[in-house]
Amino acid sequence: MSALSAPYMVAANGRAVDSRSVPVLFPNEFHAQILEGVSSGLRVSALFGTPVEGAVDLWAVLADDIRTGLRILRTHADVDALPSLTPRCPQVHLFEREIAEQFGIRFEGHPWFKPVRYHSSWRAGKDAWNRPPGEPIQVGVTDFYRVEGEQIHEVAVGPVHAGVIEPGHFRFQCHGEEVFHLEISLGYQHRGVERMLLGGPNKRTIHYMETLAGDTTIAHATAYARILESLGRAQEPARAQVIRGIALELERLANHVGDLGALAGDVGYLPTASFCGRLRGDFLNMTATLCGSRFGRGLVRPGGVAFDLAPDRVDSLLKRLDAAERDLRVAVPLLWETSSVMARFEEIGRVPREVAISLGAVGPAARACGLGRDIRHDHAAGIYRFSHIPVSTWSTGDVFARAFVRWMEVQSSIVFIREQLESLPKGPLRSEVKPSEPGRIIATLVEGWRGEVCHVAMTNAEGRFERYKVIDPSFHNWSMLAYALRNQQIFDFPLCNKSFGLSYCGFDL
Amino acid sequence: MIKAFLARLQQGHRTMKFPDGPPPEMPDHFRGVPKVDPSRCPDGCKACSEACPTDALRIIDKDTSLDLGRCLFCTECQTACPEGTITFGSDYRLAARNRADLMVSKDDALKLAQALDEKLLKLFGRSLKLRQVSAGGCNACEADVNVLGTVGWDLSRFGIQMVASPRHADGLLITGALSKNMELAIKKTYDAVPAPKIVIAVGACAISGGPYAGHPEVWNGAGALFPVDLYIPGCPPHPLTILDGLLRLLGRIEDGSRVAASDHQGGTAGPKP
Repeated sequence: MSALSAPYMVAANGRAVDSRSVPVLFPNEFHAQILEGVSSGLRVSALFGTPVEGAVDLWAVLADDIRTGLRILRTHADVDALPSLTPRCPQVHLFEREIAEQFGIRFEGHPWFKPVRYHSSWRAGKDAWNRPPGEPIQVGVTDFYRVEGEQIHEVAVGPVHAGVIEPGHFRFQCHGEEVFHLEISLGYQHRGVERMLLGGPNKRTIHYMETLAGDTTIAHATAYARILESLGRAQEPARAQVIRGIALELERLANHVGDLGALAGDVGYLPTASFCGRLRGDFLNMTATLCGSRFGRGLVRPGGVAFDLAPDRVDSLLKRLDAAERDLRVAVPLLWETSSVMARFEEIGRVPREVAISLGAVGPAARACGLGRDIRHDHAAGIYRFSHIPVSTWSTGDVFARAFVRWMEVQSSIVFIREQLESLPKGPLRSEVKPSEPGRIIATLVEGWRGEVCHVAMTNAEGRFERYKVIDPSFHNWSMLAYALRNQQIFDFPLCNKSFGLSYCGFDL
Repeated sequence: MIKAFLARLQQGHRTMKFPDGPPPEMPDHFRGVPKVDPSRCPDGCKACSEACPTDALRIIDKDTSLDLGRCLFCTECQTACPEGTITFGSDYRLAARNRADLMVSKDDALKLAQALDEKLLKLFGRSLKLRQVSAGGCNACEADVNVLGTVGWDLSRFGIQMVASPRHADGLLITGALSKNMELAIKKTYDAVPAPKIVIAVGACAISGGPYAGHPEVWNGAGALFPVDLYIPGCPPHPLTILDGLLRLLGRIEDGSRVAASDHQGGTAGPKP
């Protein structure tokens, strides 16, 4: 059991390790280790490349939710093609496509080998699809999966949708109203953030973090702050941990409540739609009470938080939390008591538990399939090490389960925030963060409202980022939505889509 | 059913009085219109511009100015300035008709958005349909545009609506830095809007590229491809800032004072189509 002889490095959430001590495996050993981990219940939280002198190192971060730890694996790829792991481990399918697109490595035997975000390769002269250099890459132009047959028709939707919503392209293969297959093609929000993070941190870095997915500002900024804190030998003060926790739960509340309202709207149930639309704003305004921004901009900073929570603010938040809870307890249960709503929620967009496991599902969508995974519990950091929050699960994997899990989480978050507000520790808001240590690798996991936000940073000899990988929970979960549409009616797409509530910009980066 | 009625009674009437009544209270940490006083600037000091993540500050011969179109309202400049040259205030009114009007420098009051010209005002003043297009942002501007449709704000009482088809629209409301991957789609959407049409750029991304300014993957805002009729700064702008901008464009609010209350009643509050 010697850690020295293990084929991987064991790290904890938010703890940096020496990147040179991670053993370099042969690609086949690397694959075998991932398969071994996944078959014993671990998840692939990250799998990414980093360029090294004409070749590429591949790194994997496996999350061990049961024994609380992360396994860091590494291999070296000095070839232009590798066998694909996807046929034996479906949850890596997008990771392999992403590595192919960024570094021009082909994954042979990948069943769905297409670009992810439609940009040119980061390595000049290496293109996984042999596209001629200099030729513009057209987003959404790819070999879409097609079902053939006289009675089959194809429906193409987006990138511009009928609503105030982010852009994405959806291809449905339909037989009448029934969807045989949905293919989701994204990349329209791609703005090249990951590449710009290289060489950082700099004065723009925190703003990139706050806008990776604008509705997940606190979770992404917290993941980043913890990275700099570990690399810079700093500890977030107790008061800052609590304020971050309050902000993270307010972010969850605003989004969960807003989506519950939107789900009601998607089935034409206007009372809950309008009540929750307003209540969502009340939670955003509570975040604005913390820091002036409804989305938490400017609150989380490396070393702690930038705004204090004075006693009068605590009182005001407690009062407004009580009022919002009172209104929610009337507005939301209407959904479960209204048969016309339940008829549209139950048995729709079902994802079986085993499919969720094999796709590497995270967040409320995974918990709605009966999977008790929650970073706040499994890899607790910050205030969650001291104040526990129940993991809410449901077993049916349908739209109802995803809605109901959110409602349970709303109630838990309110209890949590109230407790924290009533026992706010005294002390400083920020501690000094020293320059980052060189030659380290660190992964941080934060349970954002959609699920696991994972950031991985690697520092070079000067302590600058030689790689900064962001995995928004949407990266794992978009495939679940595609699966959920199988054999469903096409008019249920908006409902299913909203029940996952995924991010386009967090995926596209 | 009875529960739904009781719930309706319990939740109450929530639509704000603004602009007939006072605007909703802003949080005290809210960062609105900044004031710039270059007379305090020490010789050769560039502390503010060095701290700014988006190069929103320009210092020419001690004449410091701040470009609200680039500003993320992060207040790094305010923190970095040794002399208190820059202070962010709480005024939410930020929208302007011209890109140049977003420059804040000494003593200048911000030139707020003027109404559309008479012809366009006649066409759009009581009924403005907008197609929103999201193109390379973070979805926060979209979220706070959506908020205007909730019962609290009830944008439709002004005759303003977000519509699904560009062919039903009078203009585009653009968010995001205008990613190159959205270029074709947004051009097609713009072309599909019947003339005359307007373009509204909401948020730092759509005005200047925001945090993504200078990335090869984006066009640094809507202005690169379309003539822009209204700029609404912020990252993201507060819903009140967006609403204020839209109402100014339609002549419902002028120069910080409200127009007579009766002016925005009849004709717009009817049933939705």
